[in-house]
Amino acid sequence: MSVRVGEAASAPDFAVAAKSLLHNDQLRRNVRRATEVIRKKRANVVGEMPDWESLRQSAEAIKDHTLRHLAYYLEQFERNCARAGGKVHWARDADEANAIAIDIISSHRQKEVIKVKTMTTDEIGMNRALDAAGIRPYETDLADLIVQLGKDKPSHIVVPALHRNKMEIRELFMRTMGLGELGTRPEDIAEAARLYLREKFLRVPVAISGANFAVAETGSVVVVESEGNGRMCVSLPRVLISVMGIEKIIPRFEDLGVFLQLLPRSATGERMNPYNSIWTGVTPGDGPQEFHVILLDNGRTKVLADSVSRETLDCIRCGACLNACPVYRQTGGHAYGSIYAGPIGAILTPQLQSMEHSQTLPYASSLCGACYEVCPVKINIPEILIHLRNRIVENGDDPKIERLGMKMAAWAMGDATNLATARSLGRIAQMPFASNGAIHNLPGMMSGWTATRDMPSIPKESFRQWWGRRKREQSA
Amino acid sequence: MVGAAEAGAIGVSGLNGHVSARAAVLAKVRHAVGDHTPLREAEYASIPREYRRQGGTSREAAVELLAGRLRDYEAHVYHCAGHEIAQAIASAMGERGKTTLLRADGLPAEWLPSSFRFPVVDGMSYEEIGLAEGVITGCVAAIALTGTIVLRHGPHDSRRALTLIPDYHLCVVLAEQVVETVPEGFERLRGMETLPLTTVSGPSATADIEMTRVKGVHGPRFLDVILVG
Amino acid sequence: MSFAAHFALHWRLRISLFITCYNDTLFPQTGQAVVTVLERLGHTVDFRETQTCCGQMHYNSGYHAQAFPLMEKFLDDFRESSVICVPSSSCVSMIREHYPVMAEKSGNQELIRDVNELLPRVFEFSELLVDKLGVEDTGSYFPHRVAYHPSCHSLRSLHVGDKPERLLKSVRGLTYVPIEDADQCCGFGGTFSVKNADVSSAMVQEKARCVIGADADYCAAIDNSCLMQIGGALSRMNTRTRTVHLAEILAATEGDAAHLANGSVHG
Repeated sequence: MSVRVGEAASAPDFAVAAKSLLHNDQLRRNVRRATEVIRKKRANVVGEMPDWESLRQSAEAIKDHTLRHLAYYLEQFERNCARAGGKVHWARDADEANAIAIDIISSHRQKEVIKVKTMTTDEIGMNRALDAAGIRPYETDLADLIVQLGKDKPSHIVVPALHRNKMEIRELFMRTMGLGELGTRPEDIAEAARLYLREKFLRVPVAISGANFAVAETGSVVVVESEGNGRMCVSLPRVLISVMGIEKIIPRFEDLGVFLQLLPRSATGERMNPYNSIWTGVTPGDGPQEFHVILLDNGRTKVLADSVSRETLDCIRCGACLNACPVYRQTGGHAYGSIYAGPIGAILTPQLQSMEHSQTLPYASSLCGACYEVCPVKINIPEILIHLRNRIVENGDDPKIERLGMKMAAWAMGDATNLATARSLGRIAQMPFASNGAIHNLPGMMSGWTATRDMPSIPKESFRQWWGRRKREQSA
Repeated sequence: MVGAAEAGAIGVSGLNGHVSARAAVLAKVRHAVGDHTPLREAEYASIPREYRRQGGTSREAAVELLAGRLRDYEAHVYHCAGHEIAQAIASAMGERGKTTLLRADGLPAEWLPSSFRFPVVDGMSYEEIGLAEGVITGCVAAIALTGTIVLRHGPHDSRRALTLIPDYHLCVVLAEQVVETVPEGFERLRGMETLPLTTVSGPSATADIEMTRVKGVHGPRFLDVILVG
Repeated sequence: MSFAAHFALHWRLRISLFITCYNDTLFPQTGQAVVTVLERLGHTVDFRETQTCCGQMHYNSGYHAQAFPLMEKFLDDFRESSVICVPSSSCVSMIREHYPVMAEKSGNQELIRDVNELLPRVFEFSELLVDKLGVEDTGSYFPHRVAYHPSCHSLRSLHVGDKPERLLKSVRGLTYVPIEDADQCCGFGGTFSVKNADVSSAMVQEKARCVIGADADYCAAIDNSCLMQIGGALSRMNTRTRTVHLAEILAATEGDAAHLANGSVHG
C-alpha cells in the first residue's frame, strides 16, 4: 500500500523550485493581483460579521469533535447513504480509489467521464489512471479546463489557473477548441467554455465529483461551487461517483449552517457562493440513478494519529491561507510541488506521505502567522510547521551542516561563558568580512543573506561587557 | 497488503490475513484516535455555538434586504401582494420577452397568468428542456443576509435539470419563506434534508480569467424573483 | 500620562533585563537604551549575568531537545526576578506560546507550574512601559520622521496593538509616518532567511520599497531581527532611511540627537 500525493514525492526542494519561479515576473504579478483581490474581498465580508470569531470557534470544535469520533461518523454516513440508495466504497490509497472508479465506469462500458473540480482526484492522480485505462476525463471547471487543455498544473486551491492571463487563455481555447476566432473580453472566453462544455454535460452519462462536506446524520453530500458545472455534473448524468477524503465528514445537517458561512467568505470573499448542491443517495426521477461514494484514506489516518498535527485534517479547502501567505505571494503554488500548496500544503503534503517526502515544505515559512489569523477552522499552522520540523530533526533527516550549527549554538547558549567565547570567536572570524560596522559578503550558507542584504558586524563590546564595565565604573 | 502483525493489532482477520479496505481504514481510524463512543453525544452537545442563530430584524426588513442582495446580482426583483402574483409574473415575462415557461406540477395554478403558457415538464429530455425559453419555480426558503434562494427538488417540485439547463429562471418567493440568517435557513429545511436541494445565490460566475468576475458560465444566466407579501 | 505624574504615582521597581542572545551580541545599544529609559523613569535595572538565550532559534527550527534545557535555564536564571523586560517580541512570543507547550509535553508538573508562574512576570519593552508602568511619554526628544514596522510576533502573537505607536507619538519633535502594507512579513523568520534566502530576499525587497515609500528618516520596530533584515536591504538601496529600535528612540533626549544620527546602525 503506498500513499501518493500527486507528484509530490519527486518534486524539487521548495527553495530550488522557488528560486526559478521568482524570476517569472508575469506569474508573480498574477499571483500578487489575485491574492490581493481576494484578500480585500474577504476582509470586507468578514468585517460584516459580528459573530465571525464565534463561527470559527464552533467550526474548529465541530471538526475536532468529528475527528475524535471519526469511525462512528463514517459508519453513520455509510448507513444513511446506503439506505438512500447510494453505494459506499472504501479506499486505503490512491491505487484502490482509482481502481474502484475505473471498475464502475467500465461496468457501464463508458469511455468518457465529466469531472467537477476536486483536489482529491488530483491528489490520487485519477486522470492519469483513467487515461491509462482508456477512459477520457473532461475537466469542467473553467480553470481546470484551462489547466487540462494547457497540459499544465494548477497553482492555487481556489483559482487554479491564476498563473495564466486572459490572452494566454484565449489563445489556448482557439487552438484546442478549433475556434477560428474568439473575442478578447473575459465574457467571450467564458462563452467559448460554456458552449464547449454544454455538449458534454448533456451527453456524457458518467460524472466524477468530490465533496466539500458529507453529513453523517443524513448521508448527504454537498458540493460548493460558483460556475454551475458542479450542478451539471451531479444532477444530469446517469451515474455519479463522488470521491472524498474521510475527513470531509461533519456530524449533523445543521452544522452546514456554520461551514457554509465560513467557506464562501474565506474562499472567494462572497457572502455565499452561487450554487450549493446537496443530495442524499439516489432520488427516483431526479438526477443520477446510480450514486457511488469513495471514502479515501491515502495517509489521512497517519495524520489522525498525531495528536498535535491532527487538526490539519480540519481543513475545508478555502484557500484563505494561500491568499494571506507572504511566501506564497512571492512564489505561487508550483513551488510547493503538490496539489496542496501554500501554508496548508506545507503541513498536509508531507504528513500524508508520513514525512518521507516533501520535507522542505515545513521550512517554506517565516512563521509570520497570517495563515492562522484567517483560517476559518483555526488550524494553528505555525505550531504544526514547527512540530513537523521537530519530527524531521528527530528522524535525523535534517542537513548535517544545520545539525552541526545547531549543536554549536546550543553549546554557546548553554552557558554565559560559552556565549562570550563564541562571540569572541565570531569577532575574529568576521575580520576578513567586516568594515565600518557592516558585512557585505559572507561565504557558504550565509552567502544567501549577503547576496542581497548587508549584515551588521559584531560590535566591539557586547551588552553584558558594557554592563560589567558600567558596574565597575559606578562602584569605583 | 496488511502484514500479519498489523492485522493482529487491528483485530481483524480473514482468509490469508486478507482485510477489506473498509475494515482496514476503520481500524486505523480507531487506532489513531481511540474509542470515545460513550462520550460522543455529550461532547457534541457541548460544542460552543455563540454565533447568530436568530435574525434580529422584522420580516419586512428581511424581505427588503433580500431584494437588495438580489438586485446586486442583477436579478430583476418584483414586489407584489398575494393576489397579484399572476400580474407580477406577466410583467416579468413581458420584460424579458418570454411567452412560455416550463414548470413542475406542484406549482400553484392560481399563480399563473392566463396570457402565457406554462407546460408541465413530464419526461422531457435534456435537449428539449434546453430548447425552452425558461423555467418558473417556487422555493422552500430564502436567506436575506446572503441573497440565497433554496430550491427543493421533491416529487412535485422542479427536478434539478429543470432549474439548471434553461437560460432563464423565474422564481416566486413568499414573504413567509424569507429568513434573515443562514442557520435559520437550514432550520427551514428540517424534515426534507434527504431531498435534493440547491441553493442559488446569484447567477453562476467565475473569476478565473484575470480575477474579473464573469457572470453566467453554466446554469441560468438570468434570474428574476417575485417577492410576494 | 505625563512624565512628572508617572514619577509621582509609581514607586521604584526592580526590573530585570533579558537582553536576548542576539541583542547582546549584535545590538548592545538597544540594551543600553532600555536601561537609560527605565532609569530615567526612576526604576532600578538589574542584569542576571548567567542569562543566555530563550531557545527560540532551536525551537522554531525543530531542535526541541536542545531548546528544552534553554527553557529550564531561563526559568532558573530569572526565578528571583519579579519583573522581566525583554526588548524583543519574538522572544516573548517564544516564552508565552511555546514554553507552556514544552512544559506540557514533558509531563513534569513542577515545570508546568514554574512556567505558569513565569509568564505573568515577562513583558516585552513596549508592553512594560504602557501596561505595567502606565507610561506613554518617556520624556524623549527625537526630531525626525519615523515609520513603524509591526513585527509579526508583536502583531499576531503578543497583540501589542498600538502601544508602540502611542509611545512614538508621545516623543517630542517626532513625525510619525505610516508604511503601506505594514502588516506584511519582512521575510526574516529566523533560519528561513538563510534556508529560503531567495524568497526571504524577495519579501524584504517589497518591505523595503514600502518603507522607502514612507519617506522616513528612520524605520523603527520592537524587534532587531526585523530591523536587521530590513536595514540590511535598505543599505543596498539608494535611501536615507536607517533602522532603529524603538528603545533607542525613547532613550534619545535633546542632548542625544546628534549622537544617535551617527551611532546606531543596522546597515
